[in-house]
Amino acid sequence: MNESILLDPTAENAPAERARLPRPDNLNGKVVGLLDISKPRGNVFLDRIEEQLSAIGVSVKRYSKPTFTRPAPTELKQQIAGEVDVLVEGLAD
Amino acid sequence: MTSLPADGLVVVAKADCPTCRLIEPLLTELSAAGPLQVLVQDDPEFGASLPSTHFDQSLEHSWRLHTEFVPTLIRFDNGRETARTYGWDKAEWRAISGLTDLGEELPVMRPGCGSKTLEPGIAEKLELAFGDVKLQSREIDVSAEDDAIEACYARGWSDGLPVVPPTAVRVLRMLKGTQRDPQEVIGIMPPDLVPCTIEKVAINAVMAGCKPEYMPVLLAALEASLDDDFGLHGLICTTMFGSPMIMVNGPIAKAIGMNSGNNALGQGNRANATIGRALQLIIRNVGGGRPGEIDRATLGNPGKYTFCFAEAEDSDWLPLAQERGIPAGRSAVTIFPGEGVQGIIDQKSRDPESLARSIAESLRAVDNVKLAMAGDAVLVVAPDHARIFIEAGWSKQRLREKLEQLLLAPGENLVTGARGMAEGIPEKFRDKQVPKFRPGGLLIVRAGGTAGLFSAIIAGWAASGPVGSSPVTREVTL
Repeated sequence: MNESILLDPTAENAPAERARLPRPDNLNGKVVGLLDISKPRGNVFLDRIEEQLSAIGVSVKRYSKPTFTRPAPTELKQQIAGEVDVLVEGLAD
Repeated sequence: MTSLPADGLVVVAKADCPTCRLIEPLLTELSAAGPLQVLVQDDPEFGASLPSTHFDQSLEHSWRLHTEFVPTLIRFDNGRETARTYGWDKAEWRAISGLTDLGEELPVMRPGCGSKTLEPGIAEKLELAFGDVKLQSREIDVSAEDDAIEACYARGWSDGLPVVPPTAVRVLRMLKGTQRDPQEVIGIMPPDLVPCTIEKVAINAVMAGCKPEYMPVLLAALEASLDDDFGLHGLICTTMFGSPMIMVNGPIAKAIGMNSGNNALGQGNRANATIGRALQLIIRNVGGGRPGEIDRATLGNPGKYTFCFAEAEDSDWLPLAQERGIPAGRSAVTIFPGEGVQGIIDQKSRDPESLARSIAESLRAVDNVKLAMAGDAVLVVAPDHARIFIEAGWSKQRLREKLEQLLLAPGENLVTGARGMAEGIPEKFRDKQVPKFRPGGLLIVRAGGTAGLFSAIIAGWAASGPVGSSPVTREVTL
């Protein structure tokens, strides 16, 4: 059976597309994670972001995936989710 | 669409069918004798030498002609069907075609094959494409996601357990379980106060894992939940424990295979499990009653996944639905704002007086031993306990009256502050004998396996009665 088209079980009050998680209004008191997916020069981009965030007093934590070819390991995702409020991912190329 | 002859013959065939192959040589003769339309379901090479062969690839013609077998021979006169036969039956084909020596060299009879329109999964697709039922729900394309079940999780449609992805074909099958129009609005669904159609019920029933034959019970349970007396809106939003629990009476319970015996309140029976779950998914998905949002339950209870069972009616006790006005022999659901299950173990009582006392003492724990007339309760009496009452000639009503009498308590023991506990009823009850339950607030059902001197208490919402929720019974109509 083709399962690519489903019928909406809801009252259809929300848009059909999956909603993004709400974005924070500002970064006051938030911890921002910077995830390097391990593509070349991603670190250059993220270093600059870290500089700018640190300059305005936002705490930053750095992470990196072992390889850009695969999804992040579960342990890394759980670690990031437990440590930061916001995550920026560097998709450099 | 190719038009069919107003006067003439139609043959529906399948190249894959040996009987169709058997009659294929006759088509030339039939075609020479008058207008003939051949509809072939699977292979355009079949009968291709004839001018009027149509490859019915979409199966629309076959479906509209209600074809069940191939070959099927139909005669039309003045645009109306006047004769039909299927398979190869020499006498019938000769009579319908008027060709008295048709198929002389063929055997007298050969059965045909099933029409492609009836193959599993095809019939529903054809009905969706060409039939009268038009599903109205928004189509959600999840083709970019590799697993439809995960896609349902991602959209927040699940109670935490996997749901069956609600495809149009599955929803159509579910709708076969009811005669009601898919677009009929069954009621206004709280807490978002949105109209809930039969179609939305069917979608959520698919996701819960229901069979179509469960639909009448689910619809009755939903209607009962939406009765103003039940107060579903408040029940969904409360910080307290309760949630709709469904008790089923009457022949429908056996007909759809519900469990009223061993482990009646537990897992493992599809009807019990999925009817209760479907109601919860409707609350979640249609009503918008999601925990942490408008469902403010502090602890909740496991029945909020599903809580549905049938009463064991094989005794002298009057079934719950009949006590509540439904005639014998009819089916009904009773909806109750149930919490979890509190077992009562009494393996020593052998007479009704002792057992009633023991049950009454256990019932004091509903809400708080110091609260009264707050929450209703369902007492589930398992057969071994029920037998002690029944053999002594006690009806349910007599047991209820005895329990009410035993549960009368001196107000001085229950008022705020009494016995060193701040919780309690208002001071004005100090000099009164106080009933534990409001009038009509104690329901008794018989269910469970035949071994075990046990009963169980399912407490209701502490806001029972007109201030919150009253149990509602609704007949199941097929």
